[in-house]
Amino acid sequence: MEKGKGLARRWAVEFAESSALSSSSSSGIPDPLGYNISLHDLDDSTVARQKKDAEAAWKSQKAWEVAQAPFKNLMMMGFMMWMAGSTVHLFSIGITFSALWQPISALQGVGKVFEPYKDSRVDTITPKLLFIALNLAGLGLGVWKLNTLGLLPTHPSDWVSSLAPALEVEYSGGGLLIN
Amino acid sequence: MAARFFLGFLILLLHSIISCGVYEDQVGLADWHQRYIGKTKHAVFHSHKTGRKRVVVSTEENVIASLDLRTGDIFWRHVLGENDPVNQVEISLGKYVITLSSEGSVLRAWNLPDGQLIWESVLQFSAPSRSLLHVPTKFGLERENLVFVFGGGWLHAVSSIDGEKIWKKELYTEGLDIQQVFQQDDSDILYAVGFLDSLQFVAYHISVKNGEVLEESKKSFPSGFYGSMLLVSQDILVALDASRSSIVLINFARGSVSFHETYISDIVPEVAGIVEIVPSKLSGLFALRTDASLVLFRFNSIGELVVENTFSHPTILSDSISITEGHQVFAVMQHAETKVHIAVRFVNDLTSDALKETIELHPQRGNVQKVFINNYIKTDRSHGFRALLVMEDHSLLLVQQGKIVWSREDGLASVVDSTTSELPVEKDGVSVAKVEHSLFEWLKGHMLKLKETLMLATPDDIAAIQEMRLKSSEKTKMTRDHNGFRKLIIVLTKAGKVFALHTGDGRVVWSLLLRSLRISEGCECPSALKLSQWQVPHHRAMVENPSVLVLAKCGPDFLQSGVFSIIDSYTGKVRSSQKLPHSLLQVIPLPFTDSTEQRLHLVIDSNFEAHLYPRTPDSIDIFLREISNIYWYAVDSVEGIMKGYSFNSKCKADMEDEYCFNSKELWSIIFPAHSEKLAIIATRKMNEVVHTQAKVIADQDVMYKYISKSLLFVATISPKAAGEIGSVTPEEAWLIAYLIDAVTGRILHRVIHQGAQGPVNAVVSENWVVYHYFNLRAHRYEMSVIEIYDQSRADNKDVLKLVLGKHNLTSPISLYSRPEVVVKSQSYFFTHSVKVMTVTTTAKGITSKQLLIGTIADQVLALDKRYLDPRRTANPTQSEKEEGIIPLTDTLPIIPQSYVTHSLQVEGIRGIVTIPAKLESTTLVFAYGVDLFFTRIAPSRTYDSLTEDFNYALLLITIVALVAAILVTWVLSEKKELRDRWK
Repeated sequence: MEKGKGLARRWAVEFAESSALSSSSSSGIPDPLGYNISLHDLDDSTVARQKKDAEAAWKSQKAWEVAQAPFKNLMMMGFMMWMAGSTVHLFSIGITFSALWQPISALQGVGKVFEPYKDSRVDTITPKLLFIALNLAGLGLGVWKLNTLGLLPTHPSDWVSSLAPALEVEYSGGGLLIN
Repeated sequence: MAARFFLGFLILLLHSIISCGVYEDQVGLADWHQRYIGKTKHAVFHSHKTGRKRVVVSTEENVIASLDLRTGDIFWRHVLGENDPVNQVEISLGKYVITLSSEGSVLRAWNLPDGQLIWESVLQFSAPSRSLLHVPTKFGLERENLVFVFGGGWLHAVSSIDGEKIWKKELYTEGLDIQQVFQQDDSDILYAVGFLDSLQFVAYHISVKNGEVLEESKKSFPSGFYGSMLLVSQDILVALDASRSSIVLINFARGSVSFHETYISDIVPEVAGIVEIVPSKLSGLFALRTDASLVLFRFNSIGELVVENTFSHPTILSDSISITEGHQVFAVMQHAETKVHIAVRFVNDLTSDALKETIELHPQRGNVQKVFINNYIKTDRSHGFRALLVMEDHSLLLVQQGKIVWSREDGLASVVDSTTSELPVEKDGVSVAKVEHSLFEWLKGHMLKLKETLMLATPDDIAAIQEMRLKSSEKTKMTRDHNGFRKLIIVLTKAGKVFALHTGDGRVVWSLLLRSLRISEGCECPSALKLSQWQVPHHRAMVENPSVLVLAKCGPDFLQSGVFSIIDSYTGKVRSSQKLPHSLLQVIPLPFTDSTEQRLHLVIDSNFEAHLYPRTPDSIDIFLREISNIYWYAVDSVEGIMKGYSFNSKCKADMEDEYCFNSKELWSIIFPAHSEKLAIIATRKMNEVVHTQAKVIADQDVMYKYISKSLLFVATISPKAAGEIGSVTPEEAWLIAYLIDAVTGRILHRVIHQGAQGPVNAVVSENWVVYHYFNLRAHRYEMSVIEIYDQSRADNKDVLKLVLGKHNLTSPISLYSRPEVVVKSQSYFFTHSVKVMTVTTTAKGITSKQLLIGTIADQVLALDKRYLDPRRTANPTQSEKEEGIIPLTDTLPIIPQSYVTHSLQVEGIRGIVTIPAKLESTTLVFAYGVDLFFTRIAPSRTYDSLTEDFNYALLLITIVALVAAILVTWVLSEKKELRDRWK
């Protein structure tokens, strides 16, 4: 009921409707006012079960959707990385670090993400695993990018670049004779 | 990862910078330049006319200079080449300076006011002889204004107007030694007198007009002559006989020669020992120097010798000058402790003095060695005199009216060796007033700078800013600074004087004329050799002063004993000085210090015995512990032999001296004398720090450098090609470069450059050698680089092992393990010829290196080592480009902005010294020659500090403004929110 109308009259019964309603009843006697046969027919427990099933289905569907969400992200990240190139500069470093940061933060909040879909009848483990796997893949992509940028110490040069020269046991001095 | 970042950053930096030039207003901020002339040999005054009074001098550093008589400043100066020594200098016609150089073969005339070269004549030269220059004093208008030159066996008459050779006459026979060329009263006859085989007196009378020998008179003197003769009066010469026991008067008037011999003992019985004629020209008088005194003689009217005066030592006489017609004066300088008595006397009447003065001299100047006098007319029409004194420490002083008008430290033109010393640590307790003052100054300075930045400064302000920057008290403080820019440069000069120069402004902090290096009994001809750091206290830096070691030798002979002096670096006082009981063939500073942080030194004597200094039980303990690992090598450049030695036992000759050790020959390399002549040896600097043993190359690969302190670079050239460039064909010339390990004598690498000729200059640093020579085939100078890598370490590429530290890359290695080396080399053309070459050194060896090249134009050029990379290729790959490899070119570029000396010249450059500052990016550079130059350079720019002209005030103001803005906007936003809520 609309607000504006409510000010004029508090309630109203539409008698003209009863004929339409009565036709649906089996006895031909019109149903009392406010009586709805359809509600009366269904069993209480069945309704509840059906409702829960629907919710569970919806929840599990949503959980799967959430679990698959990083995949899109992954694709986008891949594209961005490809765009960034393999030289070290501000853009590529930014992209790489966001590619690393996103999966890490997502993994940290993996419980929170699936919190709304938690249910005894909903299996959230598999979507969770998928979610984690996809995020790990994203992380892997980030690390791979980091490596292609040459920012990971995976080469011997990274470990010896500040290695002090070896000490010599012998010492020799001298030169041209002073004449 | 951080290292990677840093590397990437560095690469970015390297790409952005190539030059390191200075802006015009930065000149003089960190650099200083001092101009010197060297020890004066001759001086000619020019003070007759009105205008600038000057004195023209020629020096032992082959400099001709015109000095301002009022201030001692240089009006103009010319540094002749190293092998073009000035023999004589005269002023002709009152406007030309005539110089005779290169043993009398080059005659030049310079314009007196501005020093421009008017003309130059190269004279004929047939045999080395004395070189004499005679410039007639009076020029007639109709005369041709000739100057007469004797040199190389030829007598030349040269027009002083244009240098045209009017006539020449060869006066050369075997054994003839022409000693004087002179005219009598500007007559038309020129006399050339000399000795033939020191037995015969010869006089040539030569026509001035055409050079014809009018008369030749000879007379033999059976007992022979000693040394040189002296012209006493117009036709009388004085000489000593061969035994130096009698004075011989030679009268050659009018063609007849007569000798008159007088025994010295007859006239001065007290004279004993060796006598010598003093070469001062005293017109009528002459002086004899004996062991004990100086005796002045005169001829009396009947031609007999009369003793006029006897002076005790040390006494110096000047030449005589004529002040008025018939009046000649000369100066007598006599020492009395730190005072010098100057007396100017008339030649005719020795009893009265024209002038008598006493001046106080700085004790570190030593004795007067030469004196030149000049007269002037005072306002009261009397005669005044000024005297130019050349001191024992090679400084030049002008004395006038009993005062030293000016002095020049020209000993600094002949620096032999140099070292550095840190300044004292700043003590606490600086007064508050000083801090406040400096704070005010600081603020004021920064406000001015801010104005400049905002372009609000007036020209006056800009001048004030420049003034402030140049005269900042910060740089001349006598304490250590945080960046290590302030230091003392200690230099040893040829005169045996040690100077400490402040790096801030180049002033002399202290100077010391070493007593031990002065001529004394048993040390006839002392020569300063080497300066080395003796003690550098670190633990007790607050209470103990560092000290330096000065080594000298008593004579040119290798058997002469040495002198060993230790000098305090802060005060310039001699701590100890001793004459070594043995000779001095080699000095080896060892990499050890004793408990008082005195550096151990080995002095090798001519018997190849090593003497250990300091002589303390502590040092011997250290030495004996390390004795089996200490070696030494000797290079004999004349014989072409290199030998390596070890130490084994105590000296056999003297069993009691426990500081003496025998050396045992281990190896020798003999260069065949017919095909190789030693040109140069070069080693790494002892104090060079190398940051890393690995070189990261493209694609994150790694190469291990061969870093050895005993790496020796030796270059030999073919003996035929030892002369001038172009004297041999390319087929006859070659250069052989060796890399030798000085411990084992192993030749690591040998390369032959066909058609290459010296002079060779080389520099060794880290794992590379750069050498410079002339390529006869290409007719160009060339620079070659050899980089040495250790192949036996190349397998250390397992990341896991490196991560876990399971490698032996840093464990001590023995050179007897015969490491396998590979070399990479490349040659490039270089435009300049090179006088000296060195490399920058930094505190930790991280900063990239630059070669500092002293060019033929006496400038210092900085050349990035990256240009001398053997791995340069014509088309470097992307990763090689990232590494910083420059595409290959055949010539090394010379970028005008990379001249370290910018517009200045370090005349006669002989050495460049690089000193690491505490700041890793910065190197201090000290170049010496006739001039001194100091600056600091940053080969990769100052990446570790803000530049000096960074505007702190602007930064501060920006921060304050930002904070204020944040506060204001915060308050405003709060208010707005409140207002919104009330709605």
